[in-house]
Amino acid sequence: MLSNTGNTLIFINIILTLSIIYFSFQFLNKEKRNFGVKKFVELSLYQTTLSLIIFFTLILGFVFSDFSIENVYRNSHTLKPLFYKITGTWGNHEGSLLLWINVLVFFSYLFLLFNKKSNHIFLIYTLLIQNFLILGFLLFLFVNSNPFSLVVPKPLEGLGLNPILQDPALAIHPPLLYVGFVGSSIYFSAAVASLISGLTGSEFAKKIKLWVLISWCFQTLGITLGSIWAYYELGWGGFWFWDPVENSSLMPWFVMTALLHSVMVLEKRNMLYSWVIILCLMTFTLSVTGTFLVRSGILNSVHTFANDPSRGLYILVFLSVMIFFAITIFIKKNKKDHYIFSGYSKETFILANNWFMAFFLFTILVGTVYPIFTEVLTQTKVSVGPPFYNITIIPIVIPFLLLMAIAPNISWIKDRTNNLKKISFLIILSILINSIIFHFFKSMSLISNLIIISSLFLIFYTLSDFFSSYKKKIYLVPSRIVSHLGFGLLIFFIGLNHNFSIEKDFNIKVGEKKSVENFLINFESLNLIEKENYKAIVGTFRVDNKKNLNSNTLSPEIRIYSQPETLTYEASIRTRLSHDLYLTMSNINRTELYNIKFQKKPFMMMIWLSAILISIGGFLRIFKK
Amino acid sequence: MLTKKVKNRILFLTLFITILVVFIFYLAKILNNNLLFFKTPSDLIENQNIKIGKSIRLGGMVKKNSIVATSDEIKFIITDFKNEIIVSYKGAVPNLFLEEKGVVAEGFLKDKKYFIANRVLAKHDENYMPPELKEVIKNAK
Repeated sequence: MLSNTGNTLIFINIILTLSIIYFSFQFLNKEKRNFGVKKFVELSLYQTTLSLIIFFTLILGFVFSDFSIENVYRNSHTLKPLFYKITGTWGNHEGSLLLWINVLVFFSYLFLLFNKKSNHIFLIYTLLIQNFLILGFLLFLFVNSNPFSLVVPKPLEGLGLNPILQDPALAIHPPLLYVGFVGSSIYFSAAVASLISGLTGSEFAKKIKLWVLISWCFQTLGITLGSIWAYYELGWGGFWFWDPVENSSLMPWFVMTALLHSVMVLEKRNMLYSWVIILCLMTFTLSVTGTFLVRSGILNSVHTFANDPSRGLYILVFLSVMIFFAITIFIKKNKKDHYIFSGYSKETFILANNWFMAFFLFTILVGTVYPIFTEVLTQTKVSVGPPFYNITIIPIVIPFLLLMAIAPNISWIKDRTNNLKKISFLIILSILINSIIFHFFKSMSLISNLIIISSLFLIFYTLSDFFSSYKKKIYLVPSRIVSHLGFGLLIFFIGLNHNFSIEKDFNIKVGEKKSVENFLINFESLNLIEKENYKAIVGTFRVDNKKNLNSNTLSPEIRIYSQPETLTYEASIRTRLSHDLYLTMSNINRTELYNIKFQKKPFMMMIWLSAILISIGGFLRIFKK
Repeated sequence: MLTKKVKNRILFLTLFITILVVFIFYLAKILNNNLLFFKTPSDLIENQNIKIGKSIRLGGMVKKNSIVATSDEIKFIITDFKNEIIVSYKGAVPNLFLEEKGVVAEGFLKDKKYFIANRVLAKHDENYMPPELKEVIKNAK
């Protein structure tokens, strides 16, 4: 029943999308134009409503466990808690593709609604391109990855959802990330439309600014949430692993960040038009590429759903067509830009920011796709280890942080102020604090010191900006200050976290004790508990701090989920503002010993808060508008 | 004579290309030092010129009855059903690290048959495993 409804609705949606495309062509052909933009707003509203209904149909299928739908059968189970039945809807390839389409459609509608009164030719071209994208993904959904496929005969019970996906953070992580990832489609479309319709320069910048900002904010939040999930769920005890899937969410983020800055140059100074267009095209291209890399199973990552080569092929073809089309239009229509840059001006610094972003992007891209090339060309299997990223990226972050502090205060066109005094004072202050930190704890490598110094410099510089604007009674919206401060704090806390973490892996029996630096870990007992959808072996560990006589009880679990039968390790984490205590336990075949990973990780909470602060800066600006 | 504008351009271009070349070399060098090649026990034993001490990834199955744990390390044998290598590991083992299941150990050879691992990867669940491993298991069967 639901399956038929779903399929019919998808089919109607395809027809609707085709009709929007058809009417767009009619509208753009002046002789045949006998209707206004209002018609498109209506059609888009239908399209949005319809997409939402399709999505809810699938959710209903999950809620009522309609196992005649293959997707529900594969990813759900009657005994699963209701919350995870619902979130399971987008916890699989087909469902998440449906979510993807919803975001595409929503952005299309909102963009139309917000720009109803502006240049109609540009607007309808944007809508046209966007609807081609929607059509492409709808066809993909309908033909290749249909979430409403039937299973005959109807199974009595579903296979269940992978337990590591049964988690609240992971329930909201995909929707957030998709708003960022897929939201970038709208300025991809707008960029192509701008090239065709000739709406260029600062006019164009004003049109896309809001959308770049929105997608950037959500992308930042989405990445943070994914990282938090990996930290407590995967049990590796870190927050960033340079896994291909993390990389492919980070790559569009770099381009978005570059775009966010260069759009300002385009708006204020009417320069860098071609560059902004390239960035717009790149963002969505990279989003689709990322999806291709993880979904096709070419790269090995946590997000590789059950592999199906035909999916990869479809996305690859779609991607190639998209890139080819965009590049052709770009080459044909792009006009020569004029650049008048003086060395010491805001625009030069923003360009520098873009170069840094390009560097980060390129490095991560090389690291991520290199294994594919070696496999295809030389048949050798390699993987790129995390040291590659650390060695290449970390040193470059230092000058980046310094510039990030100074640049926002430099004025447009040509700057004549002299703030050497302030800079040297703040650098000395940062060095002093850095030496205090390291003197009282332990000595560390040169690069760590430089990272701490430069991040402190960024923090102080941004704060002093805030106070001086406050003194001058210019109450500007502090979005830039909040975001830059957030970034400074993020790097600062990552630096401290990296240098002052304690980590120890060991094997231990029940009743034994183990001493790790100034902690004494007592393995007190083991208990078996039964929950709604899993059984668990719970260990009780008392962790005594020998220095301040504090005592914490940590209870890591080994969970055995029944549907599907899976073993997972649940880390036990005691979170404080200043540090996390982190303990995972796993059993070892044929022995009484348990394998323990114990970590004291300083400032984990602060790392998450700083990352969230970065996106809060963006949200402040959105709501100011 | 070259005009000032042309001179500037040439200067800019040379600077740009030099930076680009230096940057690519820098990246390539680091990349080369950090590549982890995937090997099976047979690769290591049959091939004479494997460098001892170089970081690699070793993949195969954990041999039955081979896991031995003491208070600070775990020893087990990785086999591809033709050859075997003893692995010593001092870290935390992942989900589903079990005998007769697939495993990938990251580390280096101490001598011909003895491998020191600093990271051990196994599959997260029934549907997920490192693709390298899938092939090893497929070939073994």
